[in-house]
Amino acid sequence: MAYSEKVLDHFQNPKNVGTLDKSRKTVGTGLVGAPECGDVMRLQIEVDPETQMITDAKFKTFGCGSAIASSSLATEWLKGKSIDEAVKIDNMDIVEELALPPVKIHCSVLAEDAIKSAIKDYKQKNGIAVAETAEAVH
Amino acid sequence: MQNHWIYLDNNATTPTDPRVVDAMLPFFYQKPGNAASRNHPFGWEAEEAVDYAREQIAQLLDVDSKEVIFTSGATESDNLAIKGVFEMYRRKGNHIITAKTEHKAVLDTCDHLEKLGAEVTYLDVKEDGLIDLAELEAAIRPTTVLVSIMWANNETGVIQPMAEIGKICEKHGVLFMSDATQAVGKIRVNPKEVGVHLLAFTSHKMYGPKGVGALYVSRKNPRVKVTAQMDGGGHERGMRSGTLNVPGIVGFGKAAEIARLEMEEDAKRLSCLRDKLETSFKEMEEVYINGNTQHRMPHVTNISFKHVEGEGLMMTFNQNIAVSSGSACTSASLEPSYVLVALGLGDDLAHSSIRFSLGRFTTEEEIDQAIEMVKKGVNHMRDLSPIWEMYKEGVDLSTVQWSEH
Repeated sequence: MAYSEKVLDHFQNPKNVGTLDKSRKTVGTGLVGAPECGDVMRLQIEVDPETQMITDAKFKTFGCGSAIASSSLATEWLKGKSIDEAVKIDNMDIVEELALPPVKIHCSVLAEDAIKSAIKDYKQKNGIAVAETAEAVH
Repeated sequence: MQNHWIYLDNNATTPTDPRVVDAMLPFFYQKPGNAASRNHPFGWEAEEAVDYAREQIAQLLDVDSKEVIFTSGATESDNLAIKGVFEMYRRKGNHIITAKTEHKAVLDTCDHLEKLGAEVTYLDVKEDGLIDLAELEAAIRPTTVLVSIMWANNETGVIQPMAEIGKICEKHGVLFMSDATQAVGKIRVNPKEVGVHLLAFTSHKMYGPKGVGALYVSRKNPRVKVTAQMDGGGHERGMRSGTLNVPGIVGFGKAAEIARLEMEEDAKRLSCLRDKLETSFKEMEEVYINGNTQHRMPHVTNISFKHVEGEGLMMTFNQNIAVSSGSACTSASLEPSYVLVALGLGDDLAHSSIRFSLGRFTTEEEIDQAIEMVKKGVNHMRDLSPIWEMYKEGVDLSTVQWSEH
C-alpha cells in the first residue's frame, strides 16, 4: 500500500516533535494508545491562560507512518486555535487532509483522542469544567 | 530513474535466477507441447523436459524422481498433503498434530479439516521457536494419522529438529509431513534421512519462477498415498490433475540444479553478511534477535528494535530497502505476527520487529548501506517515540496506565 504525498511529507519532516514541561500549569498532556496495540501518541499543548489560545503544540508518537503524520498534522492545526475550537477537530478532517485509507482511520481517531485528552488535562489543571470531553470516549 | 533497491525480503520470494529464465524461454513458443500429449513430438519433447526437471529436483532432495509430484506452489502442496492424508487414512484415525508457528497454508488447512471432523493439536513452541519433543510425543494418540511440522520458519528462520521428530513419528507409526518451503534449495534437505514422508516446497523461494511447486510423497517404506484434491485427467500418478506448467517446471528443475551445486557456498557467504548485519544492529541499545540463533537458516534474521514500531521504521527506508515487519498495522485487527507471539514475545516487541532475509544476489555493499540506513531510521523513530523517551527517563513502562483504544 502506498502512502499519500502528505503522509510521506509529515513522516519525513514531522512538525513540532518534542516535549513540553508537563508539570507546568499552562501545559496539557494527552497520552493515548498502548505499546501492545502498536500505537502510542503523546500530544501536548501550551495554552495562554488569558486568551485560552493554544500557543504551542508538541508531539511524540510510537507508530506507523500514518500515526506519525496524523499527530504531526494535529499539532499544526492546534497552534493558534482556542481550546474551544481545538476540541472540535474531528478525526475525519485528518483522514481527508492526509488521504488516509480505511485501514489507517484508527490513526486519525487516536489523534483526535490525543487532542481531547490534552485539552481535558489542561482544563482539569486549571479548574475548568470538562463535561463536554465525554465525547472523547470511543 | 528509480532508486537502487536493496532487496532483503527473499523469504517472501526470490528473484528468478537469469540462468533459470534462459532455461525456461524455449518452452513458451518454440517448444509449446503439452506433456500429456502422447502422440506427437511436441508432447514428447515437453514430457522429456518435465522428466528431466523432476530428476533435477529429486537429486536435490536425494529421492526417487517418481516421488516428486508437481503442483502450483507450496500452499497447494500443503493442502494436498494434509487433506490428502486425512481423506486417505480416515479409517486409521482423524487426529493431526501441528505447531502454532506453522504457515497459514498448514494452519488454515487444519482449521478447515476440523470442520470436517478432524481433531487437531497445535503444539506450543519454546521461547526460541523450537517445539518441545516430549510434548510432541505426549500428544500422539492411537488415532493420530499425521504430524505436520515445518522444516524452517518463514519469519524467524528457526529450523526444527527434523531427525528427532522423524524418530518419534517412526516409533509411533505416524506419517510425518513437513512444509519445507523456506529450507529446500537453501540448506541440505533430505527427507528420507530424517524420516519425512511428505515434503512441500516451491520454486519461487529458491530462485525459480512463481506458480510451480512440488510435493514429495514417499513411495517406499512407507508407501504413502494422498487423495487427490482436484478431479481431472489423472496427471502426476493420479494425485494432482491438471496440465503441467512445462516452462515453470523446467525453470524449477534448473533452479534445483543450481541450488544443489551452489547452496553451500551461498549459505556460507550469506551467513557472514547476516551476522554482520546483526552485529552492527546490536551495537544499538535495546535490540533483540528473535528465535533460536543456533538452529537457524543462514540468510535470515528477525530483529526487534524496542520502542520503535516496525511499520513506521520500515517507512524511514522503504524508498530503498525492501524488508518485512512483524507488525501488522495495516490489518483491521492490529494484531502483530502470531509467530512472534507464539515465541512469547510481548505484543510491543512483536510490533517492533523486522525480518531481513538475504539472498543469492545480495552484496556486501548492499548490507553496508542497509546497516547505515536502518540505524539512521531507528534513531529517527526513537527521537519521535514517547515510549523511548519514557524508557530513557527510567519510567517502568509496565506500570503506565495505557488507554487501550
